[in-house]
Amino acid sequence: MRLTVNGQEQAVPARPGQCLRTLLRDLGWFGGKKGCDAGDCGACTVHLDGEPVHACITPAFRAAGRRVTTIEGLAGPCTPGAGVPEAVHPMQAAFLAAQGFQCGFCTPGMVMTAAALDQGRRADLGDALKGNLCRCTGYGTIRDAIDGIARTEAGPGDPVGCSVPAPAGPAIVSGRAAYTLDQAVPGLLHMKVLRAPHAAARIRRIDAAEALALPGVVAVLTHADAPDALFSTGRHHDPRDDAADTRVLDPIIRFAGQRVAAVVAESEAAAEAALARIAVDYEIRPAVLDPDSALRPDAPLVHDPADRPPPRPGADAPPLRSHPNLAAEVHGAVGDVEAGFAQAHAIHEGTYVSQRVQHGHLETHAALGLIDAAGRLVIRSSTQVPFLTRDALCALYDLPRAQVRVLCGRVGGGFGGKQEMLTEDLVALAVLKLRRPVVWEMTREEQFVATTTRHPMRVRVRLGAKADGTLTAIALHVVAETGAYANHAGGVLHHGCNEVIAVYRCPNKRVDGFNAYTNTVPAGAFRGYGLSQTIFAVESAMDELARRLGLDPFAMRRRNVIRPGDPMISTSLEPHDVAYGSYGLDQCLDHVEAALTALPPAAPEPGWRVGQGMALAMIDTIPPRGHLAEARIRLEADGTYTLQVGTAEFGNGTATVHAQLAASALGTAPERIRLVAADTDAVGFDTGAYGSTGTVVGGLASHRAALALAEALRAEAARRSGADPAACRLDAEGVALPSGERIALAAFAGRAAEGRADGSPRSIAFNVQAFRVAVQAATGAVRILDSLHAADAGRVINPTQCRGQIEGGVAQGIGAALYEEVRLDGPEVVTRSFRSYHLPACADVPRTQVLFADTHDRIGPLGAKSMSESPFNPVAAALANAIRDATGYRPHATPFSPDRIFRGVAAALAQTSAPAPARDETRA
Amino acid sequence: MDLNAIEAVLAPAARADLPAWRAGDAWLAGGTWLFSEPQPHLARLVDLAALGWPPYAVGPDGLEIAATCTLAALERLDLPPGWTAAAALIGPCCRALLGSFKVRNTATVGGNLCLALPAGPMIALTAALDGTGLIWTPDGGERRLPVLDLVRGPGETALEPGEVLRRIDLPAAALGRRAAFRRIALSPDGRSGALLIGTSGATGWALTVTAATRRPLQWRLPAVPEAETLAEILAAVPDALWDDDVHGAPDWRRHVTGILAEEIRRDLAEQDPSGRDASGAAA
Repeated sequence: MRLTVNGQEQAVPARPGQCLRTLLRDLGWFGGKKGCDAGDCGACTVHLDGEPVHACITPAFRAAGRRVTTIEGLAGPCTPGAGVPEAVHPMQAAFLAAQGFQCGFCTPGMVMTAAALDQGRRADLGDALKGNLCRCTGYGTIRDAIDGIARTEAGPGDPVGCSVPAPAGPAIVSGRAAYTLDQAVPGLLHMKVLRAPHAAARIRRIDAAEALALPGVVAVLTHADAPDALFSTGRHHDPRDDAADTRVLDPIIRFAGQRVAAVVAESEAAAEAALARIAVDYEIRPAVLDPDSALRPDAPLVHDPADRPPPRPGADAPPLRSHPNLAAEVHGAVGDVEAGFAQAHAIHEGTYVSQRVQHGHLETHAALGLIDAAGRLVIRSSTQVPFLTRDALCALYDLPRAQVRVLCGRVGGGFGGKQEMLTEDLVALAVLKLRRPVVWEMTREEQFVATTTRHPMRVRVRLGAKADGTLTAIALHVVAETGAYANHAGGVLHHGCNEVIAVYRCPNKRVDGFNAYTNTVPAGAFRGYGLSQTIFAVESAMDELARRLGLDPFAMRRRNVIRPGDPMISTSLEPHDVAYGSYGLDQCLDHVEAALTALPPAAPEPGWRVGQGMALAMIDTIPPRGHLAEARIRLEADGTYTLQVGTAEFGNGTATVHAQLAASALGTAPERIRLVAADTDAVGFDTGAYGSTGTVVGGLASHRAALALAEALRAEAARRSGADPAACRLDAEGVALPSGERIALAAFAGRAAEGRADGSPRSIAFNVQAFRVAVQAATGAVRILDSLHAADAGRVINPTQCRGQIEGGVAQGIGAALYEEVRLDGPEVVTRSFRSYHLPACADVPRTQVLFADTHDRIGPLGAKSMSESPFNPVAAALANAIRDATGYRPHATPFSPDRIFRGVAAALAQTSAPAPARDETRA
Repeated sequence: MDLNAIEAVLAPAARADLPAWRAGDAWLAGGTWLFSEPQPHLARLVDLAALGWPPYAVGPDGLEIAATCTLAALERLDLPPGWTAAAALIGPCCRALLGSFKVRNTATVGGNLCLALPAGPMIALTAALDGTGLIWTPDGGERRLPVLDLVRGPGETALEPGEVLRRIDLPAAALGRRAAFRRIALSPDGRSGALLIGTSGATGWALTVTAATRRPLQWRLPAVPEAETLAEILAAVPDALWDDDVHGAPDWRRHVTGILAEEIRRDLAEQDPSGRDASGAAA
């Protein structure tokens, strides 16, 4: 068929059943993305004869003879593969000015949709954008873009503290930024994976003969082909942090959705057809589907030692736990908790449950592998941890580091989900076996049923306080569910039980935590890393305790939070490397309280009850146990600098921050810094973009490299001229000497320097969230009237970006608190698309008023602290506390969807305000 | 998404060109749902758009909506004065689709009916307006079926293999009634958890409940009922009929249906020229 794309007449055979998006991408138009593949997310939006459509649900043949405009051609006719156009469409310009993107994966579709809105549709953006999902921004800057409000600035002077635009902006808004799979590779083979239908089984036999006989099928890989080595999909600086309990392909099935076999074929269609022809004979085993069942004495074992060969001589024995289905345990105490409760005037005890949620990054997990000209294994992957993935591949396939390269394109969101090796191991297996390029792109359904989730957690909190609110004891009993594998099981449990109580001064604390294996989809790293679940519990309980004592929730916090000089203690008096680099929690509390007080009175409709609630969160700025970053910077002949870093940009804005920090140190402009990132060839090592480290570890390394180079340039200028180095000044064009003469930068071309950061010591960052909500008494519907958030991010390097991280974190928190749940029916995940798993859309997210504390960190680069995971953490508790305030009903489990809370709300409202007992020993 | 098992797309120009139906066939209208999920059991698509049906016809007897009429076209339709119910309901029902306005540019009225999801807003619209489906049978004949009988349960219709929904006819009498619309979902623009439509006119009062129940339910009464009567009617709905999925728990759907139905009852009583007051009591 013939069609016109972006002014180019093109002839192409459309396959029957093909959708327009793949046809366009086959033609080299990579601007339209595959986010959901189901018409829900809008990342593939194109104009068909001027009308916006979701290209993934538009049959390709319907474009015959018609005019298609993709994001690449929005500004005017162009050819496939052409660079960023000189002139952009006004809507692209508006998205640039407002920085209406973070990872940018949704941006092509967002811009194409926004560009098609008439005035009427612009008046109701909630409706107009309900087919365009963004997981990063919280829609604030997207609304700004469509409203024509600019949020970026560029000008002379120190770039640090300015809202410098993201360097990738023009490429993102014009659809030219290349994500993981936005490239054509000749001879590419496609992989599809057969997944287990049973929660627990042993594979007796796999017969792939019929599948192999199909045309186009190149190979079928089974556990017989996989290395007999164990690893963890969870990646940490120290690989021993995660139990090695996973095989690339395993004859033992531990959850419904686990990989069984992989087909490699000439086309996706051929691979898909072959999946149905693989015969698998399963011996079905008993499964355990919840942590309570898993921890019974006679429970079936998720990881039965009898299924594994005995450990090799000399290998570490697995750690002993109180039950073989425990993936991790934590027990610790300071003081005497029972004595503390005995001193309490009031005690609150409650159980708070957090559900499974999915990261929902719009770019699914994907990897493309090949053997390069030098014979090296090269994996281009959507990952937060290219170096740790390389090391894991080296260990699995017994390859030296020099033989493996892992790199990223632009990464379409992560939220912790890409701190895992979920695709690369299998792609590597296929590439190493076939010596041909192989790609595997997960479907959205696979994303839901077979990747990772937040850890579901049940937290029993017991808090005691004196009449003036002073805490006397804190006890937590945590039961988490890691699912079939232990990736991040220990880290999440430990982290989840740490800052949540370390932020409170209290002499008596006790934690008992358990993370249980079950035969369900694995949990893993997720924004907040355990804290969102425990903070929901503790901050809800703190609110309830304050009510019991008749104390204002802000006063309750002020009485008990740590202040500089106080030791930071969770459950151990062991020394640690967390310090008060700066402290702004007091300011955060003041800012939010003042903003709440300043709100105009709410005017609820009849039948709606209004209330307000708040919660706080503390987070260590860097994960413990080491986090390394290296940076190299080189001066080029044209006066620009090439900065090489290992860390990945996946919407967190660190690419801008690196440029700002380096430019500041070198007296140049950020646009003169060219960043090469997320490539194991770029630097020696980088632990990765997780644990909120992009700025405070990666950025610190870049800043140190730039400082070292600046010093070297000044020193060389001084040497050449005989001047005092301290009197030489480096600027964007050269070095100014005290004599008034100048040496141009070109004279120093090729000079380079390196910088390193090792992630210690660490500082602390704070977030305080408040909401005012209205709850409809009759239906349980919750409407957020106001959202206020104060953050102590130290010195804010880029206010627009940092505000965007916060707005996005709050939006993700709202999703987890009100709407989202990965729901299981028995062992099966039933929420398999964005239609059944509701990511917050534009209409669901209010604008959050963001307030920054004014602090300067002595540990982070130029006073900065991390601000990426943490805004998510206090959201659920603040919402719960507001609902409690509005209705008298205390929600004990997320999400607070109308169908789950309406009975409780009605019952609470029906009760007249009976006096509460001072000692509330009832368990919820 | 790519429907990789599809081997052919047929484009019949006239009814005579429709192929003999065989297993693995599917009618393709807008394709917005068909292309949104894997369809490994399908081998052939028959493109109804090729038949070139005019999207709608407005006549003295009422409104004929072709199965292939898009929601966007329906929304843009210029209605004759006096079609008060149509004017009140078409916009809200189109916007009740979970899909965006871009999906509404392509999704069809017939497709929404034949998908037979509880939340299908075109089911609500056409059921409330006494719609009748005109069905082409594979032998070249036709039959008619009220929308209420056409949609049997989630994903289940009364269509036999090879039957095509040709159009939906809405009688003028229904289009001229007064109407009230209520909808609730677990999120502001989420999939409907309950979508209720009340109508009232010379021939009496009717309440249509969709989304909350596994198939559309309708009650017709000679006049606006008392609150207690309405509550009793709804209380008699068997538990198994309340839908249970991620878009709303069945007890909540039952509960909010009662609330929305009562709001509709009051709305229509207020509008009622026969002299009933807002409380529903006879004046």
